[in-house]
Amino acid sequence: MSDPTGATASSQTADVESALPPAPPQGEPLLEIRGLKKHFPLTQGIVFKRTIGHVRAVDGVDLTLRRGETLGLVGESGCGKSTVSKLLVALEKPTDGSILYKGRDVAKMGGRALKQYRREVQIIFQDPYASLNPRMTVGDIVAEGWSVHADIAPRKGRLQRTQELMDRVGLNPDFVNRYPHQFSGGQRQRIGIARALALQPEVIVCDEPVSALDVSVQAQVVNLLEDLQDDFGLSYLFIAHDLSVVRHISDRVAVMYLGSVVEEGTDEQVYGSPSHPYTQALLSSVPLHEPALRGQKDRILLHGDVPSPADPPSGCRFRTRCWKAQDICAVESPALVDRGQGHPAACHFAEARAVVPVDVG
Amino acid sequence: MTTLPSSASSVRSGDGSSPILSVEDLFVEFRTRENLVNAVNGISYTVSAGETLAILGESGSGKSVSAQAIMGILDMPPARIPNGEIWFEGRNLLTLPAEEQRKIRGPGISMIFQDALSSLNPVYSVGYQIGEMFRAHGGLSKKDAKQRAVELMDRVRIPAAAQRVNDYPHQFSGGMRQRVMIAMAIALDPRILIADEPTTALDVTVQAQVMDLLKDLQRETGMGLVLITHDLGVVNEVADNVAVMYAGRIVERGTVDEVFTKPGHPYTEGLLNSVPQVEAKGGRLQPITGQPPNLSRIPSGCPFHPRCPRRRLGAEALPGRDCAGDRPPLRLVVPGREAACHYSEEVLGV
Repeated sequence: MSDPTGATASSQTADVESALPPAPPQGEPLLEIRGLKKHFPLTQGIVFKRTIGHVRAVDGVDLTLRRGETLGLVGESGCGKSTVSKLLVALEKPTDGSILYKGRDVAKMGGRALKQYRREVQIIFQDPYASLNPRMTVGDIVAEGWSVHADIAPRKGRLQRTQELMDRVGLNPDFVNRYPHQFSGGQRQRIGIARALALQPEVIVCDEPVSALDVSVQAQVVNLLEDLQDDFGLSYLFIAHDLSVVRHISDRVAVMYLGSVVEEGTDEQVYGSPSHPYTQALLSSVPLHEPALRGQKDRILLHGDVPSPADPPSGCRFRTRCWKAQDICAVESPALVDRGQGHPAACHFAEARAVVPVDVG
Repeated sequence: MTTLPSSASSVRSGDGSSPILSVEDLFVEFRTRENLVNAVNGISYTVSAGETLAILGESGSGKSVSAQAIMGILDMPPARIPNGEIWFEGRNLLTLPAEEQRKIRGPGISMIFQDALSSLNPVYSVGYQIGEMFRAHGGLSKKDAKQRAVELMDRVRIPAAAQRVNDYPHQFSGGMRQRVMIAMAIALDPRILIADEPTTALDVTVQAQVMDLLKDLQRETGMGLVLITHDLGVVNEVADNVAVMYAGRIVERGTVDEVFTKPGHPYTEGLLNSVPQVEAKGGRLQPITGQPPNLSRIPSGCPFHPRCPRRRLGAEALPGRDCAGDRPPLRLVVPGREAACHYSEEVLGV
């Protein structure tokens, strides 16, 4: 496939990652999330609504996404990872904290700046069945963004640009007038990717982009995302619950539990020497694919369920299920800092421990 | 903290006893106004006591439909079973009258489903629903049935079972709901338990708990377990034998150890290559190209040939083994391994 989307490549700066392939790219920070919080009110009553509490979906998250890198965000359902994605694309307003994009606070952006931000930070959703309008043709879906950002594509060449984009993501350009229901799950996800690419974004927030796909198709989409990143210098925030996929695609990984980040580092640090008890338990639960490795790992079984985010435990969020918990854990919330294990972990008793056996074969 | 029990347990590949459940040449089709969907196209397998057989396949491979046919819960019409036999303890379920079939469901074969919330009735308490098994099959009174329900909830490790027996499904978390489903399924000590994607909707830490529970229950009761899943990791961790399905057929069968180390069918090989692993970052993924087939228009010859990197067509093919023209039967390739591929020896490298 030649490079048909010539114009799309215009958003590119230096090819940061090709300079140092093994090390994580050290581009400038594009997105900086500082103390981000999102509390949803819990109300009671129908006519007279009273607020009786808050669901602390996101409760103090710090993350940095650098140019050209992929930051993986993993966690189980209800940990707030999807709320982070909605806050990032300005679909929700943060309760507290800030999102800095190229140094500017998104919450203080208005009009023109916010419009530009929304163009440059795009999102791909999990469910390719629900996120595409069934009454619009593929061509209309991909081109819809241009009716707002008319400067990107001149009206005349739009059909051709749409077809170039479809070709780039591996869809037959002749299908431009077909409807979403005529495509399979993997193809629909490609439509969603083409739609995001149409606006020449710098950052794409991928919210569980391959979770709904069959394994054989999942690999196709993961490879496509990697190719597009190389070609257009995109930065990804890759949100998923599948730890294997996140390890494969990410340069750095952040693990979330109950609204906050508990551990962060390169994929090697987080998977090779996890230091937070929750990360260790999570990794030890992942079923391995190699028959030879079966039974070779310690399995850490967590007891009980995740506490309600409407009433999180005091101090450390994880202490109610943690085997290391002591009195201090109920009092003092542990900061996300390096305690000698080489990368930050939010645990008073952080200690690196290998839980995933290394494949020697 | 517990250590994963070695999966090389004594029950691996059964204990040599004759199979409890035996499916022979089963076909299932769905007639719609427009077309005929061939969901299951001649599958055969057996399950022995204590054995865990994994049926591995992607969506639309026919793995769930075949299980529903065994349970007798397919809606007929639109479904139709044009051919096949399902033998359970010497009786062909497909020729039994409905009343006799009903007696087998529960004490003989039972099933758990992927989505526990939609499988439970929201307007009855979980205790009532578990107790229903005893009221319907054992003729117990309401009070006794509820008592038995509490015992079962204890057995599937639901904390504070006596207090929670009157709670409703929405008051339980996803993992606990799946435990309620399991309690109902094992209530009458079935000989065979069919688990249709039992952990797909669950988080990975909860998945580990539920799979552990199923394995423990199997060890206690010696039931045969049919595990339907698309997750290669789950298959590797809990199953003894695996049958890989594609387009309504079994394309490969063998022990998990052998199939996962040395696949004998290009589709299995493709699946194993296309999934990233948590053990290592790995290089670029090698996806299977193309899309799974439409079941109303299954490709001629080998159904996998349009996506197969090893296919041989026309002049390249050996006589009678043209991948686009000759349908490969499931055949014994090496001892203990069957594959439906004309060139399986090449895939295996033997």
